[in-house]
Amino acid sequence: MSPNGGTLGTRQIVFDGLWHNNPVFRQILGICSTLAVTNLVLNTLVMCAALTLVLSASCLTVSLLRRFTPRNIRMMVQTLVIAFYVIIVDTSLKGYWPDMSTALGPYVGLIITNCIIMGRCEAFAGTNEPVPAMIDGFFNGLGYSILLLAIALPRELLGMGSILGFPMPYFSTVWDKWIIMVMPPGAFFTLAVIIWVCRAIKPREETAA
Amino acid sequence: MNISSQLWLAAVTCFAAIFTNNILLMYFLGLCPFTSVSREVKTAFGLGVAVVFVMTCTAMLNWLAFRYILAPLNLEFFRFIMFIIIIAAFVQFVEMVIDRYSPKLYHALGIFLPLITVNCAILGASLFMVIRDYTFIVTVGYGFGSGIGWLLAILAMAGIRQRLAHARIPRGLDGPGITLIIAGLMALAFIGFTGVLG
Repeated sequence: MSPNGGTLGTRQIVFDGLWHNNPVFRQILGICSTLAVTNLVLNTLVMCAALTLVLSASCLTVSLLRRFTPRNIRMMVQTLVIAFYVIIVDTSLKGYWPDMSTALGPYVGLIITNCIIMGRCEAFAGTNEPVPAMIDGFFNGLGYSILLLAIALPRELLGMGSILGFPMPYFSTVWDKWIIMVMPPGAFFTLAVIIWVCRAIKPREETAA
Repeated sequence: MNISSQLWLAAVTCFAAIFTNNILLMYFLGLCPFTSVSREVKTAFGLGVAVVFVMTCTAMLNWLAFRYILAPLNLEFFRFIMFIIIIAAFVQFVEMVIDRYSPKLYHALGIFLPLITVNCAILGASLFMVIRDYTFIVTVGYGFGSGIGWLLAILAMAGIRQRLAHARIPRGLDGPGITLIIAGLMALAFIGFTGVLG
């Protein structure tokens, strides 16, 4: 399943990242560190941007370093590379947008342990040229972001009656706010429904997890 | 603050970390192993116990490292790397000690220990402790409580999933989907504990 060799077309990489191998509903990876911020669309956007940035940059770096990295310490190198970018993102967020930094709490730092990044570095970037590796990282991040936005939109709309903080016509007036949607259980339910829908659209033989 | 009020605060924090602020059901940390290792009660219990142990110890170690190494040097931004290294080193160390002195325990827990290094709940607990500015005693309570809360959640989930083995579930929902729905219901139940203790 994991592509190897450097001859994979860009189109293929893009489509794989967005749909075929979508990290969340195909592999149920890396939802831990991001599900918590999906109660507001704005927080989700910032978090996804941070993740996509870290993912593409680390894929690029890991790919550039792949010839110089001894095989047995590659995990350590990858972790340090990821941590390096996470620190950059975290400090700049703290410096330029302190409110958002407080709202996201520890979750920006937790990008380090996000399995997707490690997974892409290990499965793709470690064996491919830098540019495809970066494209792969970027579109995996994008596929992940689209899915999280799909969770965040209904949660904020149903739970607060707004999107991005702007009150929506029907939902802010007539609709009785469904508070449970902005609370943690709402995230579980919404994600489950989305996984259900995605798997129903494209049934595929499941590999036992 | 004197010692007895600290202890009381630690107990309250511990209780809150188990129930109302359950690290798994309220903060979504450690969700990957939660969905993949919750098929059997026995393995879930093994992993859970390992998490309790590692989480308590690394929370303490990370508190000490943050307070006495990073804070005086103004290197707070360095905490991510520091915490990860401490967690990885600690897990490795425990693995070697267990392997040397108790092969039986090693067989029971051994396979779970490497998994724990990448468990975001462990790092998450340490990051929360920094953000919330806990004192050392409270940190111990928090680390232990978070671990127990995680154990409780994965144990309950494994028990429920064993019962589900014979249930008829829509095909697309089978596996992770139904696990998430159960987790949502459990989260609803845990929210019910809100307000039990101050």
